[in-house]
Amino acid sequence: MTPARRLTLRTPEGIVFSWPLAGPVSRMLALLIDFAVIASALAMLQQGIGLLRFVSPDWAAGVGIILYFVLQIGYGIAFEWLWRGQTIGKRVLGIRVIDGEGLRLTAGQIVLRNLLRAVDSLPAIYAVGGLACAITRHTQRFGDLAANTVVIRHQKPATPELGEALRHRYNSLRQYPHLCARLRQRSTPDEAGAALEAIIRRDEIDPAPRLELFDDLARHFQTKVEFPPEVLDGLSSEQYIRDVVQILFDEPGRGA
Amino acid sequence: MIIDVERFFTQNRPQWQQLEKLLDRLEAGDRLPYDEARRLHYLYERTSADLARLSTFAAESEAGAYLGALVGRAYAEIYETRRRKARFRPVHWFFRDFPRTFRRHLAAFGLAVALSVGGSAFGAFAVAIDADAKHVLMPFPGLEGNPGDRVRKEEAGPNPSLAGHRSTFSAELMTHNIRVSFFTLALGITWGVGSVLMLFYNGVILGAVAFDYVRAGYSTFLLGWLLPHGVIEIPAILVAGQASFVLAGALLGRGDRRPRRDRLRAATPSVVTLAGGAAVMLVWAGIVESFVSQYHQPVLPYGIKIAFGLVEVALLVTFLAFSGRRGEST
Repeated sequence: MTPARRLTLRTPEGIVFSWPLAGPVSRMLALLIDFAVIASALAMLQQGIGLLRFVSPDWAAGVGIILYFVLQIGYGIAFEWLWRGQTIGKRVLGIRVIDGEGLRLTAGQIVLRNLLRAVDSLPAIYAVGGLACAITRHTQRFGDLAANTVVIRHQKPATPELGEALRHRYNSLRQYPHLCARLRQRSTPDEAGAALEAIIRRDEIDPAPRLELFDDLARHFQTKVEFPPEVLDGLSSEQYIRDVVQILFDEPGRGA
Repeated sequence: MIIDVERFFTQNRPQWQQLEKLLDRLEAGDRLPYDEARRLHYLYERTSADLARLSTFAAESEAGAYLGALVGRAYAEIYETRRRKARFRPVHWFFRDFPRTFRRHLAAFGLAVALSVGGSAFGAFAVAIDADAKHVLMPFPGLEGNPGDRVRKEEAGPNPSLAGHRSTFSAELMTHNIRVSFFTLALGITWGVGSVLMLFYNGVILGAVAFDYVRAGYSTFLLGWLLPHGVIEIPAILVAGQASFVLAGALLGRGDRRPRRDRLRAATPSVVTLAGGAAVMLVWAGIVESFVSQYHQPVLPYGIKIAFGLVEVALLVTFLAFSGRRGEST
């Protein structure tokens, strides 16, 4: 699987941050949901217009045509403006339109990207737009290119709670400061990062793979430094990795 | 290792959460007082520094994603320099922004006019030299017939199939024409190639129809038929073409050394304003076409219809040339 494409931006301060880009499939699904929403809104409006029919059938039909048109063109514009880049479909799929340079989305950009659907939806089922998404670097359809917008995956990440996860636990590995020092010395940042990730996300993993993952990690770290067997007695792989992470990310010389 | 993650988190989390709260308020449309704006900037810089520190030891940690998202949101609020309109004022927009934008991009409008005129000449010429051309060029069967038959039919009285359906017809015309104009605009993304073809083809049809009726001696009928709505509808499509050329111009960027993204960013407000203006014009044209253009002599004398069309032209030209002149920078 190819890694998800990202939009990487550099601030004038030299700080680099990036957004994961939404793929064509999630965008297509969002579009389908939006179509369904428009269709049901229309069905409801038709009921309302039905009342107008008693006054004048001609007016009712005319109003119906105009409402359909306004809804079709205005739906995306209105929602993306009110919800800062999201329609109902995009919200369900957790994706959002943002400015291509990470700035605020302007009304002009929203209108333009929605007007260009006329070309992106050609010849049918958004074939042109889909193709453009597949080949452009930032997964942009023509509307996005013209308006300089991108669609990102937007989950609001929770405040990290690692501190709570590691605190107030007795760490038996600390009894051997020289082995701890060796562990720090021999572990690469990538290995440390992987172990940290595993600890932070441990509750998101199903029990069986979770067991397997921590067994793997434990075996890996045991090849680096061998702690005496009595330390490892009664210590699960997960507890072992938790202790390892605490040692790796702690200041050297800070007592347990 | 470089930093103590536990202490790093516990020490900095309050600042991150404070920044998050400020951003929530800003994104909800709040304005920040001076002190808080300064605080926002301070927190942004601090969080950026935290992100930089964190990214030195873990490539893609969850905390990195959190800080990255936070910095991204703050960046959008702090570095946005485009003026944000307090409120959209439709009347102000239509009577000031639209004609000003139109005048600013007059060359693009000229190109659209030239293409349509060229297309019309080609259409007229094609029908003149080749009787068969009519069947190929006309998009609707209603236009293929003999002009004389059509005129007699129209003059026999208002189209009975339209009786009681004028609003529907008007709505259909409006939405169809606006769709066409938006499509013309969108074709600008083909570096203008699509828009050139579209405008030229529109011209061809117009030229062919006009020549067909003029040759058959029905010039007055034609003027009475087309002028009331055509003098607004055709310029509206040309304005859409103008918008598409502004877009194409930004894409091509001839004589402009800015990067493409910046050119497009600068052109976006003009393109959108012209599209909106064209849509408003087409609403008017749709009403006129359904409620005025379809009535012919003897119900509505041609003189009145033509005069109505000429008054519209005069108003349109005055509007586009002079509306919003006061205070306009040249």
